[in-house]
Amino acid sequence: MTKEKRTISIWDPKIISRAIWDSFRKLNPITMMKNPVMFVVEVGSVITTILLIRDIVTGAPNIGFELQITLWLWFTVLFANFAEAMAEGRGKAQAETLRRARTETMARRLTSNGQIEVVPAPRLRRDDIVIVSAGEFIPGDGEVIEGIASIDESAITGESAPVIREAGGDRSAVTGGTRVLSDQIKVRITSNPGETFIDRMIALVEGAERQKTPNEIALNILLAGLTIIFLLAVVTLQPFAIYSNSPQSIFVLVSLLVCLIPTTIGALLSAIGIAGMDRLVQHNVLAMSGRAVEAAGDVNTLLLDKTGTITLGNRQAVEFIPLSGVKEQELADAAQLSSLADETPEGRSIVVLAKEKYGLRGRDLQPHEARFIAFTAQTRMSGVDYDRREIRKGAADAIEKYVDTNGGQAPREMREIVERIAKAGGTPLVVADNKRPLGVIHLKDIVKGGMKERFDQLRAMGIKTVMITGDNPLTAATIARESGVDDFLAEAKPEDKMALIRREQAEGKLVAMTGDGTNDAPALAQADVGVAMNTGTQAAKEAGNMVDLDSNPTKLIEVVEIGKQLLMTRGALTTFSIANDVAKYFAIIPAMFSVAFPAINALNIMRLATPQSAILSAVIFNALIIIALIPLALKGVKYRPMSAAALLRRNLLIYGLGGIIIPFIGIKIIDVIIVALGLA
Amino acid sequence: MTINGWLQILFFFAVILAVTKPLGVFMAHVFNRERTFLDPVLRPIERIIYRLTGVKEDREMRWTEYAVAMLLFSMVSMLVLYAQQRLQYYLPFNPQKLAGIIPHSTFNTAASFTTNTNWQSYVPEVTMSYLTQMAGLAYHNFTSAAVGIALAIAFIRGIAQRQKDTLGNFWVDMTRATLWVLLPFCLVGSLVLVAGGVTQNLRPYDTVKLVDPQTIEVDKKDANGNVVTDASGQPVKETQQVTEQVIAQGPVASQEFIKEWGTNGGGFFNTNSAHPFENPTPFTNLIEMIAIFAISAGLTYTLGRMTGSQRHGWAVFAAMAVLFFAGIAVSYWAEAKGNPLLTGVDQTTSAMQSGGNMEGKEVRFGLANSTLWATITTNASCGAVNSMHDSYTPLGGLVPLANIQLSEVIFGGVGAGMYGILIYVVLSVFIAGLMVGRTPEYLGKKVEAYDVKMAMLNVLIFPLTILVFTAYSSISPDFGTSQLNNAGPHGLSEMLYAFTSGTGNNGSAFAGISANTYWYNTTIGISMLFGRFLMIVPMLALAGSLGRKKITPPSLGTFPVTTPLFAALLVSVILIVGALTFFPVLSLGPIVEHFLMYAGHTF
Repeated sequence: MTKEKRTISIWDPKIISRAIWDSFRKLNPITMMKNPVMFVVEVGSVITTILLIRDIVTGAPNIGFELQITLWLWFTVLFANFAEAMAEGRGKAQAETLRRARTETMARRLTSNGQIEVVPAPRLRRDDIVIVSAGEFIPGDGEVIEGIASIDESAITGESAPVIREAGGDRSAVTGGTRVLSDQIKVRITSNPGETFIDRMIALVEGAERQKTPNEIALNILLAGLTIIFLLAVVTLQPFAIYSNSPQSIFVLVSLLVCLIPTTIGALLSAIGIAGMDRLVQHNVLAMSGRAVEAAGDVNTLLLDKTGTITLGNRQAVEFIPLSGVKEQELADAAQLSSLADETPEGRSIVVLAKEKYGLRGRDLQPHEARFIAFTAQTRMSGVDYDRREIRKGAADAIEKYVDTNGGQAPREMREIVERIAKAGGTPLVVADNKRPLGVIHLKDIVKGGMKERFDQLRAMGIKTVMITGDNPLTAATIARESGVDDFLAEAKPEDKMALIRREQAEGKLVAMTGDGTNDAPALAQADVGVAMNTGTQAAKEAGNMVDLDSNPTKLIEVVEIGKQLLMTRGALTTFSIANDVAKYFAIIPAMFSVAFPAINALNIMRLATPQSAILSAVIFNALIIIALIPLALKGVKYRPMSAAALLRRNLLIYGLGGIIIPFIGIKIIDVIIVALGLA
Repeated sequence: MTINGWLQILFFFAVILAVTKPLGVFMAHVFNRERTFLDPVLRPIERIIYRLTGVKEDREMRWTEYAVAMLLFSMVSMLVLYAQQRLQYYLPFNPQKLAGIIPHSTFNTAASFTTNTNWQSYVPEVTMSYLTQMAGLAYHNFTSAAVGIALAIAFIRGIAQRQKDTLGNFWVDMTRATLWVLLPFCLVGSLVLVAGGVTQNLRPYDTVKLVDPQTIEVDKKDANGNVVTDASGQPVKETQQVTEQVIAQGPVASQEFIKEWGTNGGGFFNTNSAHPFENPTPFTNLIEMIAIFAISAGLTYTLGRMTGSQRHGWAVFAAMAVLFFAGIAVSYWAEAKGNPLLTGVDQTTSAMQSGGNMEGKEVRFGLANSTLWATITTNASCGAVNSMHDSYTPLGGLVPLANIQLSEVIFGGVGAGMYGILIYVVLSVFIAGLMVGRTPEYLGKKVEAYDVKMAMLNVLIFPLTILVFTAYSSISPDFGTSQLNNAGPHGLSEMLYAFTSGTGNNGSAFAGISANTYWYNTTIGISMLFGRFLMIVPMLALAGSLGRKKITPPSLGTFPVTTPLFAALLVSVILIVGALTFFPVLSLGPIVEHFLMYAGHTF
């Protein structure tokens, strides 16, 4: 994997310099209005700027203090813009690498009368047919309708190993901008210009048309509500101050307001959302909407295909079991011979086992005029004829029939072994030499390493895993037990999958699944999170709400974690932001009224030097905390698989309690510094 | 503070803890229309009521219809009470021949009793006829409480049910709340109070000779009743010998029990439960205090039962209990510490005296039972008082004020406390729920944008009403500050308390403010209506929205609302939202007053 290519350092100087420029551009009030919290800060900054100019003209005292407050208020707005620009900048950098893949190529289009015409790729329309040969770029998204080719998809997946695409079946989809390495294919274009996969991907990572997700909207309402409450608290404070004979300057009131409203989360909210999508892209998963990413965090049930996800793609030979009277070595020898020409993974695993366990090396049968018998659906056997020996291996009933027709008889013992293997969830293959059954090869599904741990983690997160397999219930149960999956659906047909999803959803659960085939499409569409494999058919990709460019079904687990991380980061920073206000009150309120009521200085528990230094420190802390938290917003809060109760305890401690304590320390330190610098 | 005092407080709480489950189960039965032991008597009455009123018992209402029914009912009841007060001179049961009441006071009182506030800007015994008290005010004592309970039940149904549009039938819930939850208990409770010495009669007021005649100084008046002034414009004083006292009478006990049981708080007499005819002994005092908390505590159990998560009910109870103990601890401590400026007065606690700050407190209740009452009456949106909050030390007085400002959710008003705290539960779940990495969900219901919007609309009403009206009053010398008895921070507390009590539908008075004026009657009246109905409508909308959602079955990944941690979170959210809103104004009121008191100033 060459994943590093997609990971862009947070502190890339190019991104930072562009983000700084963007933070000023984003001061435009029309764009700011979309973020009510920061809009209030901007309005406050404008007000203090106007008053500052008035005071400079009239030569009022306290210009130094007023200037500093005004500057830091502007910094607060700029820092918020910077955070968003940073998140977008990373997306833009990725979009650029993608754009390079969209280089203008020429396409060879097949006209209706069978002629070939050369047209620029952007002129291709849906349902055009093009021909692409080795060395050429595929001009647009489409489906292979003829031929087979190996294709370099590194432009979109970052994966350097070539992949095979062929007409028919579930591996027919090709993506514009990828390069054909060998052979020639005929491709039916499936998208119009501007709607291609790469176009969509660029739009997504750039965040250009990013729509607020449902949860983000809800959080924005909460933040706007809190802002109104604080607006009321601060606006009405002036009459109370007048009543108490200590009217406040507008600078102080605006400072108090800005410190109280949840600027930390308000500033970082959109950056968190963009970064979440970005993290998915770094994992080579493309979400069609932010809504899908949020839904991933809520998933209750994961449907996982057995093959390729839970087990390695293929069964492997693990044991040779000879019948009585047959030496193990003899069985191994025959098994190996029967499989020498067998290029299936099962066949190869038999050769490997024979070599590893019995020291049998590959032999050259050329001199023996060997004739290899390939597996057919009719005989359901394969093998080799040489030196008048007829060696066969195959399913038990097929070999039994073969032995019978040749006058032999399958011993009871063989059936017993076969049954035992089947019961244990394995696949038995019987080997016969000249119609004499020698023994049985035990083929077994190999559960991928680390799956049990992952399922344990998922269980701890409260997520149920269901294995989907076409195997019989007996085999399925064994693998389910071995892999530690919670439940399984055996002998599953596409409609069973659909029914399972509907049943779970009726109980109020959210279901995630992966799929690649056309027959998966309805289930992908029905699932709350449907991750289509990039190698899959166009139908599957359109039905799902995410596409995994690596076509790795295990990725679902990461997708869930990214979704959770996104929500957690929002929650953590919201809690932190609100908890911060406690310290700010203790800094600003005594500062405001200690002139009129020196006794109120008892509330100045941080022992801040002067009223001005206290207010300034709170405002500076409020601005700097945004910068300090940008990395957390972009990287996301660390997610550990554990129960919600444990997570809540942990995060409340860090972001809730921490959010109360940290500003006390931070404001005090800033106070000491600005006093030492003689700024207040 | 004494051990004896704390034992009394703990005993009170133990009784509340003991009645929570039985009352909660009983109410769950009543509103799920399951059998209760009162059915043989009440069911026929209920059927007759429905037949007479044409209510279809099984027809359920969507939240909008429920809200409209509730608003119409409240509006009509309010208008009736208005008319009744204005016309009382012409109506029967008026042995003192009390006149009709002036419009702004009538509006204030009508709003006050309709909203379950029972703020009284008038002096009842010289203003309200027996009929107005019994048929007007007491009627509202029942109905406003029943409305609150019905609304709480509607909200709980919204949480408990899955994908259903309706929340129940307002008229049925009202009727059942009145017949099952209010009337039978009041019947028994009133009789217990009568047995304890509370007055119950329809006699004219008594005039008695004072054992010890008193001499008082009053303004001298001329023949036309005008005050005579001297050369410098100061009123001329003259002494007067007082030998007689008028003792007010009335049907007190019947009104007393519902005053607490329905967390109404409107006293039969001006001094409320400090009056010996309303609350003669420590025994009646205990009964009345239990009555204040009982239904609201029971509703937490009903919540657990109806939502199928009993532990959630207890978690909510625990959060309320923590806030209750915080309040009583501060209040009791502050009052027991006494006033440092009172030199030469013995404030020590001894076998012979309560010690501490006894100003404005009844000696028959002492410090513990006075501060306990002050805490629970403001916790529970009741507003009945047995001591004068205005006379508390600054911090002691801060507790009742802060209790109301935390939105009356510490047990709270009957029903109102329950739906009030549930709004905070939804907000807590939303804020912290994100931290478990899922879209926040409350007992399986996803909390979405619409729900947050409704919850925030509800939460906004408090700062909007309290802060804006108090701010306006504080800079209006003509009608705002001119009515204050005290200057400085204490005066600010008096205004703040008035609007806080009105908006919180509490009704207790800090006093020290002449509230029976055009400005205060009108604005506090508006505060009460805002604090009740503007908060209920978004609350019902939220209930309707929750009711329509599906329920996600709980798993390990679900935000737990049953743990001590959740209770702690709920407490912090309530405290932080309340504190962030009101800390600035409180710091200029009771907080600065506290520091100034220790610096030697008083107001």
